[in-house]
Amino acid sequence: MRPEKKSAGRVAYDRVLRALLYFCALLTCALLVLLIGYIFYRGLPNVTWQLLSTQESFRNDTIGILPNILSTLLLIFGTLLLVLPLGVGAAIYLTEYARNKRVVEVIEFATETLTGIPSILYGLVGMLFFCLALGWGSSIRAGILTLVIMTLPTIVRTTQESLKTVPQSYREASLGLGSGKWHMVRTVVLPCSVDGIVTGCILSIGRIVGESAALLYTAGSAGILSRNLLQALESSGGSLTVALYMYSMERGEIEVGFAIASILMILTLLINLSAKFLGAKLKKN
Amino acid sequence: MSSQSSPAQAARPGVKKKGFRERLELLMNAIFFLCGAVAVAFVLFISIYLIVSGLPAIREIGLIDFLFGERWASTAKDPAFGILPFILTSVYGTAGAIVVGVPVGFMTAMFLSKISGKKTAGVIRTAVDLLAGIPSVVYGLIGMTVLVPAVRVAFDLASGACLLAAIVVLAVMILPSIISVSETALNAVPKEYEEASLALGATEIETYFRVSAPAASSGIAAAVVLGIGRAIGEAMAIMMVAGNVANMPSLFASVRFLTTAIASEMSYSSGLQRQALFSIALVLFLFIMIINVALNVLLKKSRKEG
Repeated sequence: MRPEKKSAGRVAYDRVLRALLYFCALLTCALLVLLIGYIFYRGLPNVTWQLLSTQESFRNDTIGILPNILSTLLLIFGTLLLVLPLGVGAAIYLTEYARNKRVVEVIEFATETLTGIPSILYGLVGMLFFCLALGWGSSIRAGILTLVIMTLPTIVRTTQESLKTVPQSYREASLGLGSGKWHMVRTVVLPCSVDGIVTGCILSIGRIVGESAALLYTAGSAGILSRNLLQALESSGGSLTVALYMYSMERGEIEVGFAIASILMILTLLINLSAKFLGAKLKKN
Repeated sequence: MSSQSSPAQAARPGVKKKGFRERLELLMNAIFFLCGAVAVAFVLFISIYLIVSGLPAIREIGLIDFLFGERWASTAKDPAFGILPFILTSVYGTAGAIVVGVPVGFMTAMFLSKISGKKTAGVIRTAVDLLAGIPSVVYGLIGMTVLVPAVRVAFDLASGACLLAAIVVLAVMILPSIISVSETALNAVPKEYEEASLALGATEIETYFRVSAPAASSGIAAAVVLGIGRAIGEAMAIMMVAGNVANMPSLFASVRFLTTAIASEMSYSSGLQRQALFSIALVLFLFIMIINVALNVLLKKSRKEG
């Protein structure tokens, strides 16, 4: 039972704050709707087949972003290829092998630190080391290695979380039947945590697709098709985000910028939805 | 490990197999340990690289002149390398973003955690996740084409690319982190606290703001610190809206942040100018490390409270 009478001041306090709560929640949603709506409104009409399927041609005076799409894909695959074994391995060490608490603390502190470092600093160190010290110049491979350092914490964290959900009894059963530790990890623990690892991959893809500051000076901003994979890895290639920046900031092609922005938004939507779907599936298990 | 598995192995006849298996175990242990060590190596590598490349310019310019010099003219005939404008811009810009973003984020988190039904909360959470996923150049593009002209018209300026525009963009960008961390903290407040307050006759809103919020205070503080870290490290979005002139900060002046100072001159710099950029990166790195440590302490504290 609540007291029936409340002072006018209390009623006002209650109403004002409640209204503010609704207003802020609404504002957050409205922001997203307006942002997406505006990007699609200005961008989608400019997404043409010609834009998606060609490279820029000065002779025909046309703009195409196919090289940037391919660079982005290459960055995603190259990064995942390297970061997956590394990140999953680190997570396995932390949850299954490590017995010294100090070591675990140091490694976890390191991954947390990596999460907090802004991408512009990754870009700077990547440029200094891969492009200048190793003499690779602006190249996709320099971009890939920079992204590997950047996405490592994401993979480690998500894998670790899903490894922790594997029931301890599974491990005991496997060890009790006489399998070694590695055999147990390979046949029991890893298959149970595949969903979590995939979620980590999706989150990393999201981070790579949205990344720009770390790539501007490592992978560069070129938009030329390469003949083969090896050449592509060694030459400079701007991702979609870098292309957006270049077209809208340096060259004043705002409409192309919006077209790329709407492609990026569609990718973000897809990535978010699949991460959400997998997350729900994980929780069920 | 060996003590655990040896009885099982001793039961088997093959001596050779046991040797192979043990060696395999040792090998895998070493490989996984190396994977873990790589993360530590990356952090050490980045720290050492930034310190080693950042120190020479500071030594040449002088620490006091570098940190507190008010003039940055890296390409002038008589170059000056004072980064006080960048430091202050980053501090003011971040503070502004926090002042605008934290109340909205906190209120939204409160709505999500306490008021909304399950379905509404699901929708809003999806929206927040999406906001977090939007690439920073897209925020920059919208800021450049919508916000900057609007600021120019509203305040009758020559150009709308200024600190104010950057603050608004940063506030929107840190919103998702603030919402999700504060919501987690608010959800962790024990139900008994709220029930006790309600039973004593407080209204729901009074309970949320006077009982739940203080109980979740270290989690909310962590959200603010995380927001500070995000805002101070953002580069591309504010590069597109802040105008990039090395002025001392004021709300309607074209300004340059620590991050944008690095990004905007990197492509054409050389010599002392380039080294000075590395020193700016070192300063930024120190800021971030302090913020990281504070964040870790607060998160640990809030987990203990929850």
